[in-house]
Amino acid sequence: MIAYIVRRILYAIPILLGVNLITFALFFFVNSPDDMARIHLGVKRVTPEAIAKWKEDRGFTRPLLYNAAAQGTAKLKDTIFYQHSLRLFVFEFGRAEDNRDIGREIAERMWPSLAIALPTFLVGVLVYITFALLLAFFRGTYLDTWGVVLCVAMMSVSVLFYVIGGQYLMSKLWHLVPISGYDDTGLLAFKFLTLPVVVGVVGSIGANARLYRSFFLEEIGKDYVRTARAKGLSEPRVLFQHVLKNAMIPILTGVVVVIPSLFIGSLIFESFFGIPGLGSYTIDAIHSQDFFVVRAMVFLGSVLYIVGLILTDISYTLVDPRVRLE
Amino acid sequence: MIRPRTYRILLSIVAAVFSLSAHAAWNNPYPSADRDRNILYAAFRERPKHLDPARSYSSNEYEFIAQVYEPPFQYHYLKRPYALAPLTAVAVPKPVYLDRQGRRLPQDAPAQTISYSVYEIRIRPGVYYQPHPAFARDDKGDLRYQALTERELGGVYAISDFSKAGTRELVAADYVYQIKRLAHPKLHSPILSVMQDYIVGLKDYVATLKRAHAEVAQGREEGVYLDLTRYPLAGVEAVDRYTYRVKINGKYPQILYWMAMPFFAPMPPEADHFFSQPGMAQKNLTLDWYPVGTGPYMLTVNNPNRRMVLERNPNFRDERYPAEGEPEDAAEGLFADAGKRLPFIDKVMFSLEKENIPYWSKFLQGYYDRSGVLTESFDQAIRFSGSGDTEVSEAMQGKGIHLLTSVASSTYYLGFNMLDPVVGGLSERARKLRQAVSIAIDYEEQISIFRNGRGIAAQGPLPPGIFGYEEGCAGMNPYVYDCVDGTPRRKPIEAARRLLAESGYPDGQDAKTGKPLLLYFDTAATGPEEKAKLDWMTKQLRKLDVQLVVRATDYNTFQKKMRQGEAQLFEWGWNADYPDPENFLFLLYGPNKKVGADGENAANYDDPGFNRLFERVKNMDNGPERLALIRKMLDITRRDAPWAWGTHPKLFLLEHAWVYNTKPNTMANNTLKYLRLEPRLRAQQREAWNRPVVWPMLAVLGLVALAVVPAVIAWRRRERGAAR
Repeated sequence: MIAYIVRRILYAIPILLGVNLITFALFFFVNSPDDMARIHLGVKRVTPEAIAKWKEDRGFTRPLLYNAAAQGTAKLKDTIFYQHSLRLFVFEFGRAEDNRDIGREIAERMWPSLAIALPTFLVGVLVYITFALLLAFFRGTYLDTWGVVLCVAMMSVSVLFYVIGGQYLMSKLWHLVPISGYDDTGLLAFKFLTLPVVVGVVGSIGANARLYRSFFLEEIGKDYVRTARAKGLSEPRVLFQHVLKNAMIPILTGVVVVIPSLFIGSLIFESFFGIPGLGSYTIDAIHSQDFFVVRAMVFLGSVLYIVGLILTDISYTLVDPRVRLE
Repeated sequence: MIRPRTYRILLSIVAAVFSLSAHAAWNNPYPSADRDRNILYAAFRERPKHLDPARSYSSNEYEFIAQVYEPPFQYHYLKRPYALAPLTAVAVPKPVYLDRQGRRLPQDAPAQTISYSVYEIRIRPGVYYQPHPAFARDDKGDLRYQALTERELGGVYAISDFSKAGTRELVAADYVYQIKRLAHPKLHSPILSVMQDYIVGLKDYVATLKRAHAEVAQGREEGVYLDLTRYPLAGVEAVDRYTYRVKINGKYPQILYWMAMPFFAPMPPEADHFFSQPGMAQKNLTLDWYPVGTGPYMLTVNNPNRRMVLERNPNFRDERYPAEGEPEDAAEGLFADAGKRLPFIDKVMFSLEKENIPYWSKFLQGYYDRSGVLTESFDQAIRFSGSGDTEVSEAMQGKGIHLLTSVASSTYYLGFNMLDPVVGGLSERARKLRQAVSIAIDYEEQISIFRNGRGIAAQGPLPPGIFGYEEGCAGMNPYVYDCVDGTPRRKPIEAARRLLAESGYPDGQDAKTGKPLLLYFDTAATGPEEKAKLDWMTKQLRKLDVQLVVRATDYNTFQKKMRQGEAQLFEWGWNADYPDPENFLFLLYGPNKKVGADGENAANYDDPGFNRLFERVKNMDNGPERLALIRKMLDITRRDAPWAWGTHPKLFLLEHAWVYNTKPNTMANNTLKYLRLEPRLRAQQREAWNRPVVWPMLAVLGLVALAVVPAVIAWRRRERGAAR
C-alpha cells in the first residue's frame, strides 16, 4: 500500500503543476500586471510611476515564463511563474496584496472554516444516513413515498434559499439565534454556529438522503440480506448490521473525499453568515484580484482534494477486506 | 407510554425554554456582559487594505484611522459651508508669501509673483500618544522594545502581547517625519505625485531616500529601518519643539485641506522603528495594520476578518464639543453637549458584515446603532410625504428610528470622449450634439427610478457645499434647463431634437449619408442589476431616434479603453478630497487629460479658455473675484458640454433613538468622538424587539412525531402479517 501511496503522490506533482500553470495563465494572460496594479492602487491619482513601483516591488517586471535575457537555469528561474508559483510546492505562500502573511492567514482562518464545516459534515452524515435508512426501513409505505418526494423537492431548491429562509425564520422571525457573525468563545460560539450548521445540514438532506437510500435499497435486494432474514433476524438488525456496513463503500466514496476540503470552507456560507474562514478569504481575493492569495488557495484546494482521493482509496481497504491497493 | 420521570424531564425542559425566552434576547450577537456598556456598534463591509496614514486613501480606511491619527487641522463638525478648524494645531495658519529672492510679499500679492508660500504650524503642547509598546521604557529609561530578539518575539502575535506600554508627548518633529514618509520608496503614498509638485524639495527627496534605502537594505526585503531623521527635507523643518514649517512652491492654499487628511498626521519615529524590526512583518505586525496616534480612540482589536475595535485613548487631551454651528442645529439638539469633554463613547465595535440582509436585519433588531438605506429595503424604511420630502416609514417611526440626509460632495456624470470623431471636439456641430444628448438624458427620472430620489441632478461639475455652487436658477445650466417659476426645469425633448438637427443629424440620421446615428456607451457594469440602468440609458437616446450601443466589458478592459481614448460615452465619478472648487474643476483641465497625461480628466476636455481661467482660479482665495471667474468657467463647460452633468448623490442615514449628536459631514472623518449614546434605552429596546419565539420549533417536532407514529404502526402491522 505504501508503494501505491507514494506513486499517487508522485502523480500529484504534474497535476499540481498544471493547476498552478492554469491559475497563473488566467491571471497573467487575461490581466496584465498593469491592470492588477491599477486595481490595487485604487482609482484616484494613479500615476505611471506608482504602477511601475508596484510592479517592481512584486517582481512583476520579470518575464512571465521564460527569461531569454538570463543565463543558464536563470532563464526559467528568473521569471514570474517560477518566483511566485513554484514556491508553493514547499508551502511558501508568501504575502498577500495587503502585505499580510498568507500562511498565517490560512492558519488563522482555517479554524472558523472547520468550526462550521466539521459539525455540518458530521451531523450531516449522521442525519443523511439515518434519514435514508428510515426511508429504506419504511420502504413501500406512504412515509417512503412522501419522503422521496420531499427529497426531490429539497434538492431542487437553491442553497441560497435555505440560507435566506433560515436567516429569516430562525433569526428575524423567531429570534432564536444571531443572523450572522462568528465568535469562538463559549456560548456565543454555539449561538453563531447553530444556524449555519442547521442550514448546511437541511440544505443537503434532499440530495444525500435520496442517494444513500438508493444504495441501501440496492443492498437490500441482495442474497445475503434474504439469507439474514431467513435466519430470522429482525429488520432493524438486518439494516443496521448488514445493509449499512455493505452500503458504506459507495457512501465513503463521496464522504471521505471531502474531509480534507473541510479546511478550506464554504464560499457561500462563510460569505452569508459572516464566518471569517478560508472560503470568504478566497472570495475576497477573487474580487480584489489578489493573485497571491488566489494561487495559494487554488493550490491548497488541489492538494487537499488529492489527499481526499488517496484517503478514499485507503478507506476502501478498511471497510472492504477484498480491496487491495497495489 | 411515556414514563412519569421522562415526562417530568420533558416538561422542565419546555418550562426552561419558555422562561429563558421571557428574558434574554437569544439572537444577541454580543456578549451579555456588554448589555449596558457605552459601546457603539457598527459594521464594515470590506476589510481595510491600509491603515498607514501615508498610504491610506479610502473612506473605509479613514473610518478607522481618522479616529486614531490627528493631522494638525480638521473640519468643523457643525459649521457649513465646510470650514477648517485647528485639531492639534493652535490655529489654522496664514501663509507667508515669498518672492524668488525670499522677500516677503503682502497677503494680497498676485499669485504669479509668489514663488513660495510658507506655513508655520504651531501645535498644542501637552498632547500625548496612546499607550503603545513602541514608547515603553525599561528601568534605565531606555526604549524597551526597540531591539527585539527572535526569542523575545517568539510569543508575540498581537500588539497586546507586549506586556509594557508607554507614551510620550507629541512634538512638531513627528509631523515632519510623516511628511518625509510620503517619499519613502517602500510606501507608495498615493499623494506623492501631487505633493512633490508643491512641497519644496520633495521631488529630490524621493531620489535621496531611494538611494539611502538601497544602502541600508543591502538587498533585504524586510526588517529594514530607514531613519528619516538623518535625511533633511528642504521644504519641511521643525522650528522648535511645538512648531514646524512647510514651504510650498508658489501659491497653493489647498495645502491646508490636505493637511486635514491623515497623510499629514504625526508619526513618531519610535513607532516606525518598532515595526521595522526583523520578524515583525512575518507576524503581520506593521504600521500598516496597527496605527499609533494621539486621537480620541486607539485600535485595540485588529482582526479585519471579523472585528475591529476602537477604544477610548486614556491619554487623549481635553477637547470639547463645539458650541458654534448653524442656526438650526439648536433645534436639532446638537448643542446639548456643547462644551463637554470628548469623546462620549467608550468603545466602538465594527463587525465585518458583507451581506445586505444580515446587516439590515441586525440594524432593525437594534444590534447596529446606525445604517445606510439599502436599495432593497428602501420601501420598508422610507416614504415620501405629501410635499415630496422623504421621511422614515411608520414602522421605523414606531421603533424611534430617525433619518438624516445630506448631499454628498461627489459628482457622477456621463462623459463624452472629446477625442472621439463623432461626439468629441470643440466644433459647433459636436457641441450641439452633446447638448442634445445632455437634454435627452433625464437625470431627474434616473434619480427617481434607480436611486429612490436619493440625489439631485447636477448643473455643472460643482456639488452643493463647494464654493461656486449656486442654488436655483442662478446656478442653472441654461443649455439643458429653462428657469420656470424660479426653478430649473429640463428643456423639452423638442429642444434636443432641434439641436440634433443643427448638429447634422435630423431625426437621428446623418444628413449627408442618411445613415442612422449610432453612439457607443462603454461601461464596466455587466451584472444583471445593471441591465435595467443600461436599458434606461438606451431609452433616453431613443427619444432622439439615436441608437445607443452598449459596449459592456470587464473593468480592466474598460480602464484600458479610457486610458487609450477609445471610449465614446462613459460614466465616471469623483468624490471630493477637499471642499474647494479646484478639486472638481481640475477634472476638466486640459493638461490633466487621461490620454497622454494619465490624469483625471477622463473626458479629455481641453478648452484653452477654460484652461487659462483654471490656472488663475486654482490658487485664488475664495471671494467675489474667484466666484466671477468660476461662473465664467462653468459657462464655458456648460456650453461645451464635455459631460452630461449627471447627479450628486444624496446620502441617507438611519439612526436609532439612542444615538445623539449626529450631523452628516461629508468632509470630516473623525466624527465618532462627537456621538453620544443611551445604552440603557438600547438594551431595553433590544430585549423588547427580540423575544425568542419557540413554539414553531416544538410544532415542527410534533408534526414529525405525528407523521412517524402511523408509519410505525403500518410497518409493525406488515412485520406481523403473513409473508407474501
